[in-house]
Amino acid sequence: MSTLTVPAQVPSVTEDCEQLRKAFEGWGTNEQLIISILAHRNAAQRKLIRQTYADTYGEDLLKSLDKELTNDFERVVMLWTLDPAERDAFLANEATKRWTSSNQVLMEIACTRSSKQLLEARQAYHARFKKSLEEDVGYHTNGDFRKLLLPLVTAYRYEGDEVNITLAKSEAKILHEKISNKTYNDEDLIRILATRSKAQINATLNQYKNVYGNDIDQDLEADPKDEYLDLLRATVQCLVRPEHYFEKILRLAINKQGTDEGALTRVVTTRAEVDLKVIKDEYQRRNSVPLDRAVVKDTSGDYEKMLLALLGHGDA
Amino acid sequence: MAEIEALIKALSGHGVDEKTVISILGNSQPEHRQAFRKEGGFFAEDERRFERWNDHHVKLLKHEFMRFKNAVVLWAMHPWERDARLIKEALKKGPNSNSVIVEIASTRSSDELLGARKAYHSLFEHSIEEDVASHIHGKEKKLLVALVSAYRYEGPKIKEDVAKSEAKALISAVKNAEKQNPIENDEVVRILSTRSKPHLKSVFKHYKEIAGQHFEDELDVHLILQAAVQCLITPQSYFSRVLDEAMRDGADKNTKKGLTRVLVTRADVDIRAISDDYRNHYAIPLADKIEAKAKGSYKEFLLTLMARGS
Repeated sequence: MSTLTVPAQVPSVTEDCEQLRKAFEGWGTNEQLIISILAHRNAAQRKLIRQTYADTYGEDLLKSLDKELTNDFERVVMLWTLDPAERDAFLANEATKRWTSSNQVLMEIACTRSSKQLLEARQAYHARFKKSLEEDVGYHTNGDFRKLLLPLVTAYRYEGDEVNITLAKSEAKILHEKISNKTYNDEDLIRILATRSKAQINATLNQYKNVYGNDIDQDLEADPKDEYLDLLRATVQCLVRPEHYFEKILRLAINKQGTDEGALTRVVTTRAEVDLKVIKDEYQRRNSVPLDRAVVKDTSGDYEKMLLALLGHGDA
Repeated sequence: MAEIEALIKALSGHGVDEKTVISILGNSQPEHRQAFRKEGGFFAEDERRFERWNDHHVKLLKHEFMRFKNAVVLWAMHPWERDARLIKEALKKGPNSNSVIVEIASTRSSDELLGARKAYHSLFEHSIEEDVASHIHGKEKKLLVALVSAYRYEGPKIKEDVAKSEAKALISAVKNAEKQNPIENDEVVRILSTRSKPHLKSVFKHYKEIAGQHFEDELDVHLILQAAVQCLITPQSYFSRVLDEAMRDGADKNTKKGLTRVLVTRADVDIRAISDDYRNHYAIPLADKIEAKAKGSYKEFLLTLMARGS
């Protein structure tokens, strides 16, 4: 469930644009005004604002934001303002670049988005970067990581609820066999995770637990230092329990010495309109403290205010 | 006897010459039909002293009569449904039809392939990639799964230096063919399944320059891999080859289907270019070849598709 709060009476797009323009004028920037508008508009509204702003002032809103804002606050506002598909394309592209490379982010985008959303991200990728997502992922990753990531980012999973129990049983068996043999990069293992529908995978993992006693997660814990295994475990989580995955990312980001703002920003902006409420509940359950409070403790200034707004804290 | 010959001819080839069958068989007396049964080769003498239809031939006839109907149904279909169904059928038929999967994945535009993937969800409640991955077992599997999953960029931009280094990677894979079949080589699969078509054209141009010969002429290249490359960079040659193979004498059931498939799927796209390529390669206009090999309504239908708008 979304945490986004939009006022009951939304000002007209023209008014929003005027206010935003005002926020940039003069010596400083009125960050509070920016937050009060952008943090309380949904994707469709933000898109319209961006279009109208560009038509009216001849400049992309994002460009103005880039000029006026800095650091973590700028990044959270920029990512938030982007259309979800563009955002995913941007994050994915960043994740293929040398200094910001992240197999985890690529997997996260590929596995927690719906088939349609992943597809739209791929389309946005074409438009913005003049290449395909898969050619960049293929080129910039290698070995077992590529074996896993390429099929994940190119998947177009069936999204129905239908489940074939016989198939679930036989594929649970395959998974168990490969894991027991420690062949974690096995073709079949990857095939199952990368091509089956999420409902089917869920059924398969249930069968796995029924027949073999352990959660697949436990059986994949063989070597804590193995990055590939880490990614594999996270893949499974993203596919069937994304809220647990995101809670963990947030927990690690917040508990980390100095806070991982990158992860915090990414999770909040990409999930605010999707399931941040569920993630919040999960966070509270797991950490005995509300996510809002943890964010307040760990961040400050306009960055903190923007996050809180997206978390649904306070009024629209 | 000339009539029996004409009748046999009307029932052999692609489709059925309905008019001839009607005029000869329809006008026949019992003794004419008996002569046909004795001479035709479609029947065999049963132990109980009667000429019995050869079951196999009845099946063949059924296919020939259905050729027109299948072409019509395929033609009227939405291209997305058409491609989804063709892929499903290829999967059911087994490894000999893997080239059809390569054909569809590689010759369609990114959005057309995407449409096929969507239609496949609706029709079969699975994704194409999951079915391809679970039903194909040979060396081609990796490449096929990757090809059906592609959503290639379609702009003209190419990076020449990358294309050159990727050509080198291909050369190295071919040199190494004894240790690993190039079709299973990760770099080969990555390059062929993720790069844009313009980029690939450049890659293979560099291949020829550096290696001294065309990739398709390398001996150790798996047929499916060759087909994939052809489909990606010179689809018209690929299609004219499929057409020629379909119309050859003695072509098997699946190969023959290539005639309908190519005509129907390319009539709105590049059939003229394919036609030109065919004439250059096989020294006879495509329409003439179809006129000679196909029969009846099926033939007329195909020729009409080709002639539209000219």
